[in-house]
Amino acid sequence: METPRRRFFSMLAGFTAFVLLPGRNAHAAIESLAPLVNKITKGAPLREGRVKLEIPRLADNGHSVPLRIAVDSPMTPADHVRTLTLLSEKNPRPVMATFHLGPKAGRPELATRVRLATSQRVLVVAELSDGSFWSASAEVEVTESACLDAS
Amino acid sequence: MPREAKRGEVIEIRIAIQHPMETGFRFDLMGRSIPKNVVNSLVVRYNGAEIFSAEMGSGIAANPYLQFYTVAEASGALVFEWVDDSGERGSERATIAVNG
Repeated sequence: METPRRRFFSMLAGFTAFVLLPGRNAHAAIESLAPLVNKITKGAPLREGRVKLEIPRLADNGHSVPLRIAVDSPMTPADHVRTLTLLSEKNPRPVMATFHLGPKAGRPELATRVRLATSQRVLVVAELSDGSFWSASAEVEVTESACLDAS
Repeated sequence: MPREAKRGEVIEIRIAIQHPMETGFRFDLMGRSIPKNVVNSLVVRYNGAEIFSAEMGSGIAANPYLQFYTVAEASGALVFEWVDDSGERGSERATIAVNG
């Protein structure tokens, strides 16, 4: 029997699911980059975590957006970061850079500046020496894009 | 990067390369496409051993800037070498004195 109260609860459940959706969108960007990620990981699973990506939430100018990557790794010969790959969801060339580190890097951190064509998610993939892949991503709002047309 | 460090200390290295990192998506005033020309590779060697390298694309901002780290193991030199799409090469050398 459908009581108004029951209807209210089912509506509430639907609403909660709707509200939770943006959280799931975090994976949507990774999905559009999935073929590329697969190439990098050679089919190994890409897990979230162990990597921190610091990038401004709002970038006034897409020409130069500073970012910092930090990985949770002891950087020993047995356990270190091998590569860091910076991927862009909406740039015309999604692979922005690949950095090769190693036990001699001392600290698993790196900072650089990237170009972003438009508002999008930026994904960083870290390859560790044990063959596992970890990632972090962040949404960046770009008010003035790195111009791709005549200028 | 520092000129001096203690043995085993993690040192910070910062490098900025003066380069337009031309994306290949721009046009000049005559409407001709400006060819892509980016610093596509940077290799850093510390006393001959590679400690860091980067493969970069047009997604890296003009005048590419990088900050990374290494462990001060021995006195000597760090050599930074890069090459762009047009085949132009550049290099820089910095020395470090490691104590202890």
